[in-house]
Amino acid sequence: MTREEILNKYGKSKDNLLYILHDIQDNNPQHYLTDEDLKAVAKWLNLPYSYVHGVATFYSMFSLKPRGRYIIRVCESPTCHLMGSSDVIIELAKTLGVGIGETTKDGLFTLELTSCIGVCGVAPAMMINEEVFGNLTPERVRQIIEEKRRESK
Amino acid sequence: MPKRLDILVCSGAACISNDSTTIKNKLQAVLKEHNLEDEVAIVETGCMGPCELGPVMLVYPDGVFYIRLKEGDVEEIVKEHVIKGRPVKRLQWTTPEARKIVEEKKQIPFFEKQLKIVLSNCGKIDPENIEEYIAVGGYEALAKVLTEMTPEQVIDEMIKSGLRGRGGAGFPTGLKWKATREAPGDEKFVVCNGDEGDPGAFMDRAILEGDPHSVIEGMAIAAYAIGAKQGYVYVRAEYPLAIKRLEKAIQQARKYGLLGNNIFETSFSFDIEIRIGAGAFVCGEETALIASIEGKRGQPRPKPPFPAQKGLWGKPTLINNVETFANVRHIILNGSSWFASIGTENSKGTKVFALSGKVNNTGLVEVPMGVTIRELVFDIGGGIPNGKKFKAVQIGGPSGGCVPAEYLDTPIDYESLKKLGTIMGSGGVIVLDEDTCMVNLAKFFLDFTVDESCGQCVPCRIGLKHLYDILDRITKGKGKMEDLETLEKLGEEIKRTSLCGLGQSAPNPVLSTLRYFRDEYIEHIRDKKCRAGVCQFEEAKEEEVSLEKKLKGII
Amino acid sequence: MKLEDLRKIREKAEKELKLREGKARVKIVVGMGTSGIAAGAREVLKAFIDEIEKRNLQDVIVTQSGEKGLSSHEPIAEVWEEGKPVVVYGNLTPDIARRIVAEHIVNGNPVTEYVIEVKEA
Repeated sequence: MTREEILNKYGKSKDNLLYILHDIQDNNPQHYLTDEDLKAVAKWLNLPYSYVHGVATFYSMFSLKPRGRYIIRVCESPTCHLMGSSDVIIELAKTLGVGIGETTKDGLFTLELTSCIGVCGVAPAMMINEEVFGNLTPERVRQIIEEKRRESK
Repeated sequence: MPKRLDILVCSGAACISNDSTTIKNKLQAVLKEHNLEDEVAIVETGCMGPCELGPVMLVYPDGVFYIRLKEGDVEEIVKEHVIKGRPVKRLQWTTPEARKIVEEKKQIPFFEKQLKIVLSNCGKIDPENIEEYIAVGGYEALAKVLTEMTPEQVIDEMIKSGLRGRGGAGFPTGLKWKATREAPGDEKFVVCNGDEGDPGAFMDRAILEGDPHSVIEGMAIAAYAIGAKQGYVYVRAEYPLAIKRLEKAIQQARKYGLLGNNIFETSFSFDIEIRIGAGAFVCGEETALIASIEGKRGQPRPKPPFPAQKGLWGKPTLINNVETFANVRHIILNGSSWFASIGTENSKGTKVFALSGKVNNTGLVEVPMGVTIRELVFDIGGGIPNGKKFKAVQIGGPSGGCVPAEYLDTPIDYESLKKLGTIMGSGGVIVLDEDTCMVNLAKFFLDFTVDESCGQCVPCRIGLKHLYDILDRITKGKGKMEDLETLEKLGEEIKRTSLCGLGQSAPNPVLSTLRYFRDEYIEHIRDKKCRAGVCQFEEAKEEEVSLEKKLKGII
Repeated sequence: MKLEDLRKIREKAEKELKLREGKARVKIVVGMGTSGIAAGAREVLKAFIDEIEKRNLQDVIVTQSGEKGLSSHEPIAEVWEEGKPVVVYGNLTPDIARRIVAEHIVNGNPVTEYVIEVKEA
């Protein structure tokens, strides 16, 4: 879908702003909102650019920087922390060779930390895009990354 | 209803060749003769192990293992053991091997002590098939309300039931409905708060994924009661499956005429749309949620005016939590007195809890209000794994506090928990064992609230960060004894002066751990000691710093 | 929809839910809440379906439900059979799912090591 098609899908109602931003971001293989995107949305909804920029930067799931194809979000909230999320985070950083908030050189993975994702019964857990993985161990994490690499080919 | 006794009869190949079927049939006949069919369940299992000792029988929960049975033994077992409670010793096998098998086959009591009302369909029906929901009585409550009750009667039932908001605040639901109905205005809205962001809570996610129609039906009944035509469910974007299932449920409900115009051929029309979040915990606060639906930054505003008077786009709006709405149809179908007969004096009905952390059985548990913390953690949760000792439970997430072992027998209801310095919250219960450092835990909760603060008001934006910095220093061995008083005073001040519920409750984990585990704080400061072995003081290397250092070391 | 229509749908759907009037002898319900999926329920569901197809079992159906509730023992699946108590399995893997089809569904021997609950239908 092009940006114009997405805007047309939602109409000019301000209360669709979050949906519009989500769709435009998901539509971009690098999972982020460009400056042109924000300007186009502002124009479409007849809002100041600063307003749209303010909303996009308020919510943690939007990014104004290019990211990878797979956004890895590891839960760092108390329950996952208690059940060993630190080991998972370190393993991911090791396997991917990046720090928190960084993207791998091949543009495949971005490593982020997130607040509770609501699967505390199978902690520690993480999301990769919309998929949720639980009962994580360093070994399981390596397996999952391998699977994703294969899937990307 | 679980039966008083379970008798496991082995139907493995060897036992069958030893005539276990005759034993089973005889057992059935004798139980029937003594009218015990409702009390005793016969469960056929596969091979239990000691084939040369068959036919065998295992009686639970007693854990008695009978071997080398003959048809003539059955009558004696029923008369002596089942009826009089005296196991028949001559037929019993009590070696260590027998005990091992008894342990293995023991059923997990996780499910038995629960009373599933809200969760009655979760795990049973296919949430993507509206007809399965209808098969178990779905939409009957809406039909009853639209064809037999006035809005005032509906509100009256809700008030009489004693249902309190399940999102955390525990405000009486019926009164909220009444206030919204009475607010002046022609256009009103019903909003379902599905922005469950409390660390440790996942009840609402399960309900939306497993029984979305119960929420739709609850919202429709509320809309009829307050006079609304449009509803919104605000779901956090981190729950893609819940969003997908809810969307499908709404479409199916529309197709079947259960949402839309003139439902059940009455003059009542109601429709629902989904609005999604984008990763902001504060949007669980009512006014921030409203701002988010309106396409703004999710920043709360002062109350009053309350959403009941001025909510979405300035119109009277009823906002209730997912679990609250899921209770509505049961109250309508079974009556307010039925609901009020469950629970305690001031907390009626059941509550869904999400058990996680250092406990054997994690997951969702629905129990009547008034069940004790001990029952929840030990009977249902199965106790602490790896032989560790229970230390405390954290109830209420980042807005709540901890409850130490001495209060394990506290019944879980709104008032009892408040007395202990915590809150019911949305239902997240995190179990902690002896390896948890309470100071580090408080710091972790503060880390969360500092991150999620919307930044509008000084007490929260600056105050919480200051609280966090003090805790950080203490966990690194750089604390001072004055810090304890500062934490308490600052915490109380932030609670008093913050603009919204996030700031008003964020200091609770600190104040609560200070109240019950002050010794640990003192040990960290005075002795540079962390009894749980979590905080490392040599070279000021603490867990989070070492995480960052480790990460830096890798790249 | 009229009130009578709701009642008619309910009657029909109740029967199908009960297996008696449905075409199935056995129904396997796999917990597909996010906890289950995060623990591997999708692969377990696939394994059940695969194995049933392989063996051409015409009278066995596989469906999904929401969260079963016991996250620590996910993936979880329930086996419903007419006239018998419901057998609930936990900690499933695709291999155990195939064993359940072979040993329990076909031969009537529940795989007891993985049974976590037995309850009334």
